[in-house]
Amino acid sequence: MIEWIAQHIFEKYNYWISIVIMLIGFYAMIAKENLLKKLIGLSIFQTAIFLFYISLSDIGTGWGLRFGTAPIIWEQGIHEGYMYVNPLPHVLMLTGIVVSAATLAVALALVVRLYEEYGTIEEEEILEMEMGIERGT
Amino acid sequence: MLPIEQFPVLVVAISLLSALTILLAGGVNRKSCFFISLATITFQFILSIFILRHVLTVGTIHYWLGGWRPPWGIEYVVDVLNAYVLIIVLFLSLLAAIYSKRSVEQEIEARKLPVFYTLFQILVTGLAGVVVTGDMFNLYVFLEIASLAGYALIAAAGGRALRASYNYLILGALGICFYLLAIAFLYSVTGTLNMADLRVLLPTLYANKAVQTAFVFAFIGLGIKCAIFPLHTWQPDAYTYAPSAISVIISTAMAKASIYALIRVIFSVFTVDFITLFPIFDIISWIAAIAMIFGSILAIAQFDLKRMLAYSSIANIGYIMLGVGLSTSTTLGLTPALMHILNHALMKGCLFMAACAFIYKADLRDIRDLVGLGRKMPYTCFAFLLASLSMIGLPPSVGFVTKLYLILAALDAGEYIFVAVVFFSTLLMIVYFWHVIEIMYIRVEGGGGNKISTGEAPMSMFIPGLVLAVLCFIMGIIWLIGTPLPLMDAINSGLGLGVVP
Repeated sequence: MIEWIAQHIFEKYNYWISIVIMLIGFYAMIAKENLLKKLIGLSIFQTAIFLFYISLSDIGTGWGLRFGTAPIIWEQGIHEGYMYVNPLPHVLMLTGIVVSAATLAVALALVVRLYEEYGTIEEEEILEMEMGIERGT
Repeated sequence: MLPIEQFPVLVVAISLLSALTILLAGGVNRKSCFFISLATITFQFILSIFILRHVLTVGTIHYWLGGWRPPWGIEYVVDVLNAYVLIIVLFLSLLAAIYSKRSVEQEIEARKLPVFYTLFQILVTGLAGVVVTGDMFNLYVFLEIASLAGYALIAAAGGRALRASYNYLILGALGICFYLLAIAFLYSVTGTLNMADLRVLLPTLYANKAVQTAFVFAFIGLGIKCAIFPLHTWQPDAYTYAPSAISVIISTAMAKASIYALIRVIFSVFTVDFITLFPIFDIISWIAAIAMIFGSILAIAQFDLKRMLAYSSIANIGYIMLGVGLSTSTTLGLTPALMHILNHALMKGCLFMAACAFIYKADLRDIRDLVGLGRKMPYTCFAFLLASLSMIGLPPSVGFVTKLYLILAALDAGEYIFVAVVFFSTLLMIVYFWHVIEIMYIRVEGGGGNKISTGEAPMSMFIPGLVLAVLCFIMGIIWLIGTPLPLMDAINSGLGLGVVP
């Protein structure tokens, strides 16, 4: 039992944490009425995916193995048996961070415009105002 | 001798460069923006014709970006399926660009024109990129480029469009995140991102839970972008409130590029062997059947013409997905779905162009106000009439060809219930399209449109619509003669379809 817990939870704790963070972000995107809070949820969700990717690139943690180093191979390191982590997921996530920053920028600009238009960033109130406009005309 | 092997990357790179040029040129002369954009898209369209010809005569084009060999480098692969969709996407983008000239002048402030056309060009870049790439992660990047430009362009209309765009952004970003997760799962078990390489490496891992999870995430993620039935909630608002030219391009080129991405991931990465392990296609067929009925019923209930067309789009995505769902159990393979990708783009492009022309001339959004327009705007209404007849399925239009092939596929597969669904959704389509045509041509009394004395829409707005409307019938005859069917067979055999085990 203890071995099972050690193997599945403690050794892979970064995956568990990324799932928890992902669900927190997902919850915020669905449940929050405030447009800005939804975006914070989206941002948390994306960050969790980055953590997931970075976790993938890691090799052997703790238990007897050396931690992975940066992927630079040098003479001495090879002799001492250093292992390097997979650099590709890191590079992918650099792109991912750029994309998520761009998404967030567009979304924030939209929220600013929505605030200018309706004077609020609560979804309920915006919907009510739209219904009001519809009935008015 | 043209360097056709280089064309796939040119289609994307020139478009991206042109986006930057538009922004710079816009500072000097606002009028030039439109012409640079139009020239670029025309050039891209010509390139795509050369690509299709080369693919048909010589074979698949592989382009290694920066000379890095796949699976390490990014690879652009253009086979028959890509080339076919690329032509559709660029042709509709070209017509939308021509259409945008006058409509944008009315809807967008003059000082924002350069930014508008820059974003428009970036949208086209993203769509072309989605279609030519052969790399999972590159597909993600291009989808995001196209989507971000799309969000901003929808919001450009202001007012209601802002909330529509925000909802689209939240759902779209979520969908793309799901797709990114799917890539993570695939990468964790195979260590590659190249589609062709994944196709080779995956078969031994089909029983792996990570691969199965990846499929579900990819399907739902891309399904949100395509607006497949239960995931469509962003779509009606976005189509309705977007600026005219953007309604046209997102309802045709963008929707088709997303569906292409879904088909590519289902058939080229996971392949038929994986899909047939699970009852996935039964589920897809049933979802599609519900979408066909549900979209049509909601379309009947709408008073806003653009919103009606948006719901009709949901029904038509259902037609394409039904084609996908039936593909493994019939000798026709993907043919009905691929046909409808082109057919629906032609019909819906024309309908949206006409609907937006009514808004442009007289701000007529409500169907009940269209009384008597058949006499006041003869060309636009004629285009609308032809496209709606085609939508209903009048022989020999493209709508008829799709329905015919879908019914043949359903009969071939022995799924008679879907024959009934196609007939029933056609009946519903007759109801809502006839309602519009009746008001436009036959009704004389009442409605706001009667009092407005409007002339015909500008040339640049009704000619693209007429071209599409006439193409609806010409293409229908070409399909019936069977000229492009070898092309479809080539796609089917490339994806391992068309043979019933």
